[in-house]
Amino acid sequence: MLVARELTKSFPSGDRKITVLRDVSFTIAGGEFVAIVGPSGSGKTTLLGLLAGLDTPTSGSVRLDDVDLATLGEDARARMRGAKVGFVFQSFQLIPTLTALENVRVPLDLRGDQSAQARASKLLARVGLADRVHHYPVRLSGGEQQRVAIARAFVNSPTVLFADEPTGNLDQATGLRIVELLEELNRDAGTTVVIVTHDTELASHARRIIRLSDGLVVEDRERSA
Amino acid sequence: MTMRWRALAALAWRDTRTTRRRLLLSMSSIAIGVAALVAVDSYSSDVVRSIHVQARSLLGADLSVSARRPLPTQVTALLDSLHSRGAADTRVTTFSSMALVSGGEGTRLVQVRAMGAGAPFYGVIETSPSDKWKDLQSGPYAIVDSSLLIALNARIGDTLSLGYARFAILATLRNVPGDIGIAASLGPRVYIPDRFLGATRLLTFGSRAEYEALVKLPATIDADALAKSHRDIFDSLQVRARSVADTERSLTRSIEQLGRFLGLVGLIALLLGGTGVASAMRAYMAEKIDTIAILRCVGASSAQVFAIYLIEAAGLGLAGAALGVVLGVAAQMALPHVLGAFVPVDVTPQIEWMPVLGGLALGTWVGALFALGPVLGVRNVTPLQVLRRDADDAAQHAARSPWRDPARLTAGAVLVASVVAVCMARAESVMIGLWMSGAIGGAIGATWLAAVLCARAARRLATIPSRFVVRHGIANLERPGNQTRPVVLALGFGAFLLGTLALVQGNLLRELASTADASAANLAFFDVQTDQASPLDTMLRSRELPVLARVPIVPMRIATLASPHVVKRTSGSVTGRAAERPSWALRREYRSSYRDSIAPSEKLVAGRWWTSDGPDRDGVYEISLEQSLAEELGVALGDTITWDVQGVRIRTRVTSLREVQWTRFEPNFFVVFQPAALREAPQSFVLLTRVRDDADRAKLQRDAVERFPNVSTIDLSLIENAVGKILDRVSLAVRFMALFSVVTGALVLVSAIAASRRQRVREGVLLKTLGATRAQIARMLFTEYALLGAIGSAAGIVLAVGGAWAAMHFIFDVPFALTPLPLVVVAAATMVLTVVIGLVAARDVFAETPMAALREV
Repeated sequence: MLVARELTKSFPSGDRKITVLRDVSFTIAGGEFVAIVGPSGSGKTTLLGLLAGLDTPTSGSVRLDDVDLATLGEDARARMRGAKVGFVFQSFQLIPTLTALENVRVPLDLRGDQSAQARASKLLARVGLADRVHHYPVRLSGGEQQRVAIARAFVNSPTVLFADEPTGNLDQATGLRIVELLEELNRDAGTTVVIVTHDTELASHARRIIRLSDGLVVEDRERSA
Repeated sequence: MTMRWRALAALAWRDTRTTRRRLLLSMSSIAIGVAALVAVDSYSSDVVRSIHVQARSLLGADLSVSARRPLPTQVTALLDSLHSRGAADTRVTTFSSMALVSGGEGTRLVQVRAMGAGAPFYGVIETSPSDKWKDLQSGPYAIVDSSLLIALNARIGDTLSLGYARFAILATLRNVPGDIGIAASLGPRVYIPDRFLGATRLLTFGSRAEYEALVKLPATIDADALAKSHRDIFDSLQVRARSVADTERSLTRSIEQLGRFLGLVGLIALLLGGTGVASAMRAYMAEKIDTIAILRCVGASSAQVFAIYLIEAAGLGLAGAALGVVLGVAAQMALPHVLGAFVPVDVTPQIEWMPVLGGLALGTWVGALFALGPVLGVRNVTPLQVLRRDADDAAQHAARSPWRDPARLTAGAVLVASVVAVCMARAESVMIGLWMSGAIGGAIGATWLAAVLCARAARRLATIPSRFVVRHGIANLERPGNQTRPVVLALGFGAFLLGTLALVQGNLLRELASTADASAANLAFFDVQTDQASPLDTMLRSRELPVLARVPIVPMRIATLASPHVVKRTSGSVTGRAAERPSWALRREYRSSYRDSIAPSEKLVAGRWWTSDGPDRDGVYEISLEQSLAEELGVALGDTITWDVQGVRIRTRVTSLREVQWTRFEPNFFVVFQPAALREAPQSFVLLTRVRDDADRAKLQRDAVERFPNVSTIDLSLIENAVGKILDRVSLAVRFMALFSVVTGALVLVSAIAASRRQRVREGVLLKTLGATRAQIARMLFTEYALLGAIGSAAGIVLAVGGAWAAMHFIFDVPFALTPLPLVVVAAATMVLTVVIGLVAARDVFAETPMAALREV
């Protein structure tokens, strides 16, 4: 479903070249719940960007649903994300000028999907925010904002959901509820979930852990049930 | 205060490190207003200085004595008596006449100036070829405006006919001191020697001419004192005396008035830029909340933090004002090309320190004051915000309601007081200062109101479109930290100025054209003598041309006026100006007519028209006065006026008042007499006809001038041309100032986009992450800027229609007609400008890759 092949990413830095990722390869099957872990600077976020088609690798390839992302242009990748990918960010990334409901609708609106209103309402109810639909982000707590972000990530029924430190800005109890919500949606909708984190507690919820260090995959194991 | 100012200033400087360019950009919106003020004030100083230096050349003498009739013997005797004290004098006679060139084609109404030997005493009349002025007096020569040569298809050396005399064209005029450029479009000038004036036989009965004596005085005689000591005599003889100082005073006054009007536009541009600075500063301060909270955490007091940002605001104001001064001085160099046609002196621009320093001070002050409001918000930032970002909300909320904050209200009041003070300083009187403040407040208030209403209408519409990108684009106008209002204000004001200008110009030209269409006549013959009227009449009829009117004209003056108000005025018991000198309406020469019935261009508003044709038992005739003249003279129905008609006294009683439509192309009169009163008086005639074909009309004029050299003609199409030219020049000047407002609007827009850049890029990136294509983002931005432009131009155009209506109604007294085309052009230009500037300034939003959404937190 999601296949990384010998991914390498380097940036020029002055007259030198810094290689952030080196020959990263793995395959993630449909419906998996994977955590990519590692210390700061290990290349986690870079990897996430490549997997989601936000960035292009220096060499190697990413295939999502049997499509090589390198063959798609910027706009085609954007459309692909709109159709198949969901995102949850550490800093929530809600659009401040839109209400909770409008934020959730955005991916469907961008596609011109007529069912946006109904689906967005249903998902907000699902994450427990049925009474907050018309609130602007500034009027919501951090946990509520992240739940709106999760509703938005699921609104287009993505095949894969990427979460970048989704609990990083939340207290422990709230963070836990967010993880449980992700687990629930992964289980019920069969969506593949890829979490990037340095939080071992969060990672322990995943069924598979890919550990990065200095741009290399140093561990890739199924969590023993 | 524990930290010293120097340390605070250093901290302020470092704090702007990453944002200096952006801040400078937002301050540049103030720069345009400062530039406008500096340019106008500097140019005005340049002109006033030039007038001072050139005043003697402008008058051409130390003293000028002039009258509408040959100078009375008392005056010439006075001038002669001065000769023994070392004075010299010479004559200049100015009048209109027809000119034609032997062997050439066409005729042209010209301004003839018959110059006595030695005139002018001061100043050089430059000619082309050069140095021909000194040869003018040596024979029957003429020096003419080059436009006359073009109109008559003539060349230097050709023979010019004026009346019964002929002159060899010696040269063309290159520069005449004191003549404003647009004068030439009303009638080309022809200079001839005074001694050949008689040969033209043009100054016959009823001709209008100005007779002037130029006097050169020795240093021992003061021109002002001389004029003052003879003022009573001059006044009683209806003679005007002007000294160099008088000339300088009146010219300086009118230049200062022009400067005040243009300065007003500059001041408004400055304030519009100020609103842009306020919003940019608000966006900037919102970003700085974290920094401020950290500063508070590490021990800075609220006052110190405030001081840091106050220093930044003042520094930026100074930077913006300095930029404005540089631009202003550059614009000052351009102004002579724009305004030169209205200015009677040759202006050499130079740096004028007062306007430069004044602009610098005012720009800094206004910039700092506008920035102060948002800066005052920093007092609400608590150190707690480092820990809890939620606290933002409360602080920002507090910062957004200025009405409850006495400090911000005070800042606002100081701003208003500053504007009023600046107006007072620029105005010559308190009343005018208040009036100017009111005009500024009114203009900005009206634009603001229109902007708010248009924005509200747009918000209503925003819920309608089903397309997400359009809805989102509209929602952007309401984003936190949006700069919709200042952008719309500045764009709206620019559109308002341009729209009003276009409408007024269009209306005046249309009125003129419709006058031409509606008027039965398009050619007028005037100064037709009694013995010429019938032959001219016959000449027209023989060409199968209609004689549409044959109107007698009798020149006269008021001898005595029996009205309670005027008696008081002349007896000097009334204080003020009116008491010092009788009003112009009393002293002027009247050119009146007589007829049996009221003309189609007139409406009776009081009294009744006469039915009898003869005086009453006491020998008093009936007259009808034009309404506004009756007001000016202070006479009412039933009052009696005695007229001096070429030495004969005629007693009359006002029996009716008329409203006259002056714009019609037919002779209209302030005073109309019962026919019996004037039938035997010396008179001249005006004949009107209509010649459809341009070539026939030109031929008729030429034939008429050859046969009746003293008769002048006015061709309606030439008037239309001349008025069109003048309007063009006037609108060029206003457009130049409107440009300042439009540029301010553009800069406010650019700085608004720069101020919200980070937020926009983040959002654009987020949308891309969520699946938006670049085209979709472009459509959102397009919607936003097109709407911004639409709101701005809609607000401007609503005001322009109001403004133009008011101008037509109150100033020009002409019915207003809405001409959509210029408005569409102005609106379209405003929108295109907004969209192009917006998309160019926001290009980062497209360029950033979505990866930034992960990196930037």
